[in-house]
Amino acid sequence: MNRHHGEETRLGHHVSASMGADRAYDLRGLYFCYGRPGALDGRWVLQDVTLQVQAGEILGIVGPNGSGKTSLLKLLAKLAVPQTGDITLFGRSLAVLSQEETAHTVAFVPQEQAQLFPFTVAETVLMGRFPHRQRSRWSLGFGWEDQDDCRAAAQAMETMDIAHLAARLVTDLSGGERQRTMIARALAQMPRLLLLDEPTAFLDLQHQIDICSVLRRLRDERGLTVVIVSHDLNLASQYCDRVAMLKDGRVAAMGTSPEVMSVEILREVYGCNVLIDAHPESGLPRITLPGPSLLLHV
Amino acid sequence: MMPSAGHPTSPSPALTSPSPTLTPHLTQSAANPIGTDRLFQGAILTRSRWCAVMAVLLLLSVMLVMLCLQLGTQYIGMGQIVGLLSSALFGTASESDALRTTGVILLQVRLPRVFLGFLVGSCLAAVGVALQALLRNPLADPYVLGVSSGAALGVAVAVLFGIGTTVLALSLLPVCGFSGSLVALLVIYRMAASYDRLPIHSVLLAGVILNAIFSALIMFITSIMEPNRSFGMMAWLMGSLTAPGYPVLSALSAYLLVGLVLLLKQVRVLNVLALGEEPARSLGINTERTKRVIFLLSALITGAVVSFSGMIGFIGMIIPHAVRLVVGADHRLLLPASALVGGMFLMVADTMARTLFVPSEVPVGVITALAGGPFFVYLLVWRKDRLA
Repeated sequence: MNRHHGEETRLGHHVSASMGADRAYDLRGLYFCYGRPGALDGRWVLQDVTLQVQAGEILGIVGPNGSGKTSLLKLLAKLAVPQTGDITLFGRSLAVLSQEETAHTVAFVPQEQAQLFPFTVAETVLMGRFPHRQRSRWSLGFGWEDQDDCRAAAQAMETMDIAHLAARLVTDLSGGERQRTMIARALAQMPRLLLLDEPTAFLDLQHQIDICSVLRRLRDERGLTVVIVSHDLNLASQYCDRVAMLKDGRVAAMGTSPEVMSVEILREVYGCNVLIDAHPESGLPRITLPGPSLLLHV
Repeated sequence: MMPSAGHPTSPSPALTSPSPTLTPHLTQSAANPIGTDRLFQGAILTRSRWCAVMAVLLLLSVMLVMLCLQLGTQYIGMGQIVGLLSSALFGTASESDALRTTGVILLQVRLPRVFLGFLVGSCLAAVGVALQALLRNPLADPYVLGVSSGAALGVAVAVLFGIGTTVLALSLLPVCGFSGSLVALLVIYRMAASYDRLPIHSVLLAGVILNAIFSALIMFITSIMEPNRSFGMMAWLMGSLTAPGYPVLSALSAYLLVGLVLLLKQVRVLNVLALGEEPARSLGINTERTKRVIFLLSALITGAVVSFSGMIGFIGMIIPHAVRLVVGADHRLLLPASALVGGMFLMVADTMARTLFVPSEVPVGVITALAGGPFFVYLLVWRKDRLA
């Protein structure tokens, strides 16, 4: 898979259109706010966002609280529509795709939230097959799952290591198990693109590493394109092919992690000093919070 | 690499099928099967389990209908019931005077009443299931949310302006009930839209406020009515299952059955909606349209039910909750099973209402409220972990 690392470190200039075939997403001049623009609370959540997501890459979106990370992910999933600017998905405008067509290509995993209804894990994962359901006039909308659905769901559950939980109720799961169930649900959808909002927020170290390595394996085996919103700069640095850093709804920096994770850029975006050295294993930037003595000099 | 535009009903293969790199993994698992059957055993709702549960519930319903037909001020034996029903069906005249009186009691009074009870219970439970999934709130219920009192207000206004009891007028009452419940649902819909999902306590608050406003208006209307009409109005408001004649009853049941079937068509969508609004949209559901359809159907059904039976509370909350504990959360089974259990519950409650304190008759709404109210408190206090 041909990935384009570091073609553009700073955004704002467009890359030649000949690369379109390898682009999963092409975002141009996005402006977005909740509610009516121009209303009193109509603050732009995203401003002039222009970026590309290459097919088969893992893109991390990082930034401080309220920088518009989750909103950007919602725009990609067509859960929200930008006021101006356009998004193309594999060369087709997202605006003309129906919700259903989008669901055939893009899967979205929201931030972990409590579940109210006692569905089993297997039932929840099978819901990912909804866009592929069988429809006929007389099925009354029941659309019973067929062998393909079960196979896809079973494979997704194996991938996320939750096969042993199949009959458990989602209301009884721990946060981490629930998160893996939701990712398995998205994988059962057989998407080409996976959008994840803080997928590792509730996971212990082992499962954080597991999820990241599963995502990398899916990228290599299936050519899955992954967009992750995360607070964790180290996770983004180590596991993402490229990183987009947002500040106040604008793209502050974009590129491979050595290009983005610099003391200067992080100071500008987060407003604090951090220590950056090379990861002993990968050589990629490792971000460390300053010790107590350094804090005084900020 | 990217295929051209796909059509929603026939998506291009590259979009839906796994990419070629995946195939080795699949063939490997075919040679060494993961055992999807074993994996999903007991973990998902299958067609056979659906059929088994529904068959048991249908059988139980028929048995309870028979039982409820026997009980009343005058006991009617099973043999007599079967004889009378078959003679009514096949048009053979009954001989003795005594048998004819029994026939009138059974066919003109008890049968329509039992039937209406079953129908009303089914509808309230089914609407409860739909509203709970839609609002992602296990306490949602047409009565608690104020949808029932909205419908009651609509009917009360109609009665105030002198809509009588002709067949034509009776068919207008459901329309008035529908308008009232639609107003209540619009308020709740507006609230649900301004938050992403309705937090449990906002729903209860909205219900309390709507109920307070609507009951105040209903009391205002009853107080300016003539005393004898307002007495009838109060009796109806507390919930009563006095059945109308067969022409009206059959029109009502046709109307409600259509509503129930349309609601049943949404079951798989309800499953996905229960996951949350954003996950549902990311799975390709047009949530706005779906919400409007389900709210409209709920208002239509509740409006019609309330215009005939008054405010019968809590069935839409207790029944789905209890049924969910037994059959699981999948709405494909939950909705029809709740409808049957709700029908049985109200039918039995009504039989108790008309037999326990003979010769007086308790409004059936009193019985369902006495059963449902404590259950509601139990859910709110001891099971609050499940309510989030």
